[in-house]
Amino acid sequence: MLERALEGNKGYWGWLIFLLLIMGGGAACYLYQFNEGLRITGMSRDVSWGFYISQFTYLVGIAAGGVMVVLPYYIHDHKAFGKITILGEFLAIAAVIMCLLFIFVDLGNPVRIMNVIMYPTPNSILFWDMIVLNIYLVLNLVIGWNVLSAERKGVHYPSWIKPLIYLSIPWAFSIHTVTAFLYAGLPGRHFWLTAIMAPRFLASAFAAGPALLILLCLIVRKVSNFDPGKEQIKTLGGIVAYAFILNIFFLLLEVFTAFYSGIPGHTHTFIYLFAGLDGFNKLTPWMWFSALFAVIALILLIVPATRRKEDTLAVACVAVILSTWIDKGLGLVIGGFIPNPFERVVEYWP
Amino acid sequence: MAVDRRQFLKVAGISTLLGIGGKTAFEILSPGRLEASSQKIPLTTGKRWAMVIDTHKMDEGLIEKCIEACHREHNVPNLDSQKEEVKWLWKEDYHHTFPNQQHRFTMHDIIHKIVPVMCNHCSNPPCCRVCPTQSTWQRDDGIIMMDPHRCIGCRFCMAACPFGARSFNWGDPRRVMTDDSLKESNPDFPQNPEYPTRCKGVVEKCNFCAERLAKGLEPKCVEVANDKKEAAMIFGDLADPESEVRTILNERYSIRRKPELGTEPNLYFLI
Repeated sequence: MLERALEGNKGYWGWLIFLLLIMGGGAACYLYQFNEGLRITGMSRDVSWGFYISQFTYLVGIAAGGVMVVLPYYIHDHKAFGKITILGEFLAIAAVIMCLLFIFVDLGNPVRIMNVIMYPTPNSILFWDMIVLNIYLVLNLVIGWNVLSAERKGVHYPSWIKPLIYLSIPWAFSIHTVTAFLYAGLPGRHFWLTAIMAPRFLASAFAAGPALLILLCLIVRKVSNFDPGKEQIKTLGGIVAYAFILNIFFLLLEVFTAFYSGIPGHTHTFIYLFAGLDGFNKLTPWMWFSALFAVIALILLIVPATRRKEDTLAVACVAVILSTWIDKGLGLVIGGFIPNPFERVVEYWP
Repeated sequence: MAVDRRQFLKVAGISTLLGIGGKTAFEILSPGRLEASSQKIPLTTGKRWAMVIDTHKMDEGLIEKCIEACHREHNVPNLDSQKEEVKWLWKEDYHHTFPNQQHRFTMHDIIHKIVPVMCNHCSNPPCCRVCPTQSTWQRDDGIIMMDPHRCIGCRFCMAACPFGARSFNWGDPRRVMTDDSLKESNPDFPQNPEYPTRCKGVVEKCNFCAERLAKGLEPKCVEVANDKKEAAMIFGDLADPESEVRTILNERYSIRRKPELGTEPNLYFLI
């Protein structure tokens, strides 16, 4: 099947070369980091996880979000999604690979990564995250590959795939739940210490993942002769709307608990993120952009006319992706470290 | 049974090939010896180490002397950068060390008091709970140890520690020997040839001077502090009701950092 990937017009090859150049740039930067150490990243003993881990967290969401097309098709027999489940599965594969690479580049001693397997430690959530992410990757590779090659041959996929598909659905929930547990079980990090972390992660995942899928569908329709279908995009739009409303609802629940209880530790990070703390406010403009995009997305998604029109839906999807990316890919992980255990503010910027 | 090198390598090689590892070779050739040697860490049996810090006696100058001695003892480099800083023992004011144990009208002298801070060697350590490779673990005597040879540098322990006690080697710490801008501030690095230096990409922290305890010595900071002021820092065994630490905790009011988190720190501050 791979030979199909080696055929294409000039635009296709140009795009591949462009992507290869970016990957080459990344690899060169990584070699530099491998020699110099993580000191080139701007992280510190106070903000000890930065951009890498937050991107990993965001992309786990994208990977899990793919399940929002798989679930309706296989569980609710929503036939229309049959055409695009494959997109969801391959989006998950790409996202999980990026997740694993982001963890890898974040390690101070990447050559020792096998220690996680050589000294298995079930009490570490990172151990479980390694397991669920890798199995999710294998599940999607096996399912995606078999379903796609069956479709190409015009036959039904082999029946042994079916149980794997059913397994992949709860598994998608598990990868984001376990990733939330990385944060939600740490004493002394008040911003993360919340039972709603996993649901919040899932809500933002099920908004951002399908939003990216919608954009992907629109692009695929433009550049190829495969049409994912109008009906499909419309249904996906509904899913994004529900999930994004839930995501904002969960965020506001956090704000309520923090500020109504008035417990200082619970409010500090929110204050830092949205207003600045002790004169430090590097992330404040970003967080307000996130809020602004969230409002735009909410309006466009809630009003039926704009949700059903593909142009405005596309704008809404871009707004959802930007809003959740800033919220999770910057604010959540970095914000959790600020203020530090001594209630001092040490800022971070990659 | 006498085992020569050749024989040992043979058995070790075969057992490794079979996937059972070098430990088996030891077990075949000299049963029980490895177990015994790995369990017999001096002074660990039945003890529970703790430290009591008398904040009345510890002034800033004395704390600085302790810090210097500690960092020399453990070859902690001076990296001249807040972001890259590695520290095992350092100073902090009461205000930031005990954020929940003060109010607006707390005595000025207390709020601004400088206290020494380090790893609390918690009885219920979140760092050990989260480590995916058991590179940091709790000894039977309560000391939280760190194996820099196994650490993969994921820094989960740094996120988990509520006391900011852990430092990461963001770059190669040994570069202070060759880097022109750092050479001057680290003239005699590594100062203690008896203690290993670390490599880049691993976490490190205070080890309660486990290497000195093994020789029957007190932690370096305790030695330095008490040398200047008697009983400024008291180190001892909480499991022993007659010990000095137990006696003083019984006689004077003491506090710990962030007790509400349930990590059970083993550093006590007399206020």
